[in-house]
Amino acid sequence: MNKLAMLGWIAIALIAVGTVLGLAVLPADALQGEVQRLLYVHVPVAWVMMLAFFVVFLMSILYLVQRRLKWDLLAVSAAELGVLAAVLTLILGTLWGRPTWGIWWAWDPRVTTTALLVPIYTGYLVVRSMTEDPDRRARWAAVIGLIAFVQVPIVYLSVFWWRSLHQPPSSPQSMWSAYGLVMLLGFVAYTLAFAYLWLRRYRLAATELELELSGPEEG
Amino acid sequence: MSELPRRAAAILWKDILSETRTRQGFTAMLSFAALVLFMFSFAIGVDNDLLARLAGGLLWVAIVFTGTLSLGRTFQNEELAGGTHLLRLYPGDVRAIYLGKLAGNLVVLAALEIVLFPAAAILYGVDFAAQAGPLLLVAALGTFGFSVIGTFFSALTVHLRARELLLPLLLFPALVPVVLGSVGATEAFLAGDPLGRAGGWLRLLASYDVILFVVCLWIFPVVLEE
Repeated sequence: MNKLAMLGWIAIALIAVGTVLGLAVLPADALQGEVQRLLYVHVPVAWVMMLAFFVVFLMSILYLVQRRLKWDLLAVSAAELGVLAAVLTLILGTLWGRPTWGIWWAWDPRVTTTALLVPIYTGYLVVRSMTEDPDRRARWAAVIGLIAFVQVPIVYLSVFWWRSLHQPPSSPQSMWSAYGLVMLLGFVAYTLAFAYLWLRRYRLAATELELELSGPEEG
Repeated sequence: MSELPRRAAAILWKDILSETRTRQGFTAMLSFAALVLFMFSFAIGVDNDLLARLAGGLLWVAIVFTGTLSLGRTFQNEELAGGTHLLRLYPGDVRAIYLGKLAGNLVVLAALEIVLFPAAAILYGVDFAAQAGPLLLVAALGTFGFSVIGTFFSALTVHLRARELLLPLLLFPALVPVVLGSVGATEAFLAGDPLGRAGGWLRLLASYDVILFVVCLWIFPVVLEE
């Protein structure tokens, strides 16, 4: 078994263990009830989203400095996963928000900023898909990946001033220790899953580019 | 370095000349902006108090919608005539192109706002004139931020097939701090700023303007490379 496949299996195993612990072993939260169990997925997936977009930013910088298409392919692979994670975060968050806050959608800074990340990085992906030349595509994508990362913290800050409702992130002190451990397990498991999917997607992108560059396109 | 403003001014002057010779774009833009203001009234109804309360937000949305259409035309003449090849034929630092086009968008948006602010004041029954000084500052900061981001994304999307769709897709999320800051400050000033919140919004606007301006100016040559 190669190393990448191994990484995938470890991620799946850890996610399975975390799911069993979060769903069946731990008792329901005293205040939020059963719905709190969603947070064992919601919070790690939100973390993966931030990690993915940070990776897009780093790879964009690397591309602009070195101009090697490898960095561009690593950036787009992370961007796709980031959009997926952002959508999952929003879906899980609204499912949790309805019973907890009493409303599906709250105009909270983190919710609103996460929702805005979806069109921002969708724009990134669409601009790519509409540009034929690999070098131009990589260049423009890298520019968007860089600008997006500058604007997002300020978008967050501005929405924060506009309105605030989201519960502050739980610190280890505010969480019962077993909850904290399962949450930590979730962070590790979903980060490994991200790493696995990211590298798989990168291999696919590299193969696609090779095909694209190897000779004239068939009508 | 002193070449940069001179070249930027040359590009601005070229665009002003070609615009004033036809004037078709600006007239259409003003009519569109007026229609947007009317649409809000149609959607909200003739509740004068409600319209007056929402005036700041409605006005800025009208500016953003109309401005986006105008921004999309920033590089259109060059694109129609031969694309970025032509732009890169302009001598000197390509940043002059960004600065010149940015100045052009500022002129167009300022001209739009000179008409739009009084129109909104009349249609929505608010007294902008009483707060003219502070509102002028808000408009200047908001318009500058809008143009900084808009000119940049306009250069980025001008070659794309679906640029009319992609410009707003990239632009609107980036405009969130500009819109929130401008609307927040406008509404605070219109209400006489009882909570002292206008200052915070102005600082947010100014910081975002400066940060984005530096980043866009710095990275612009990459957008125009071939």
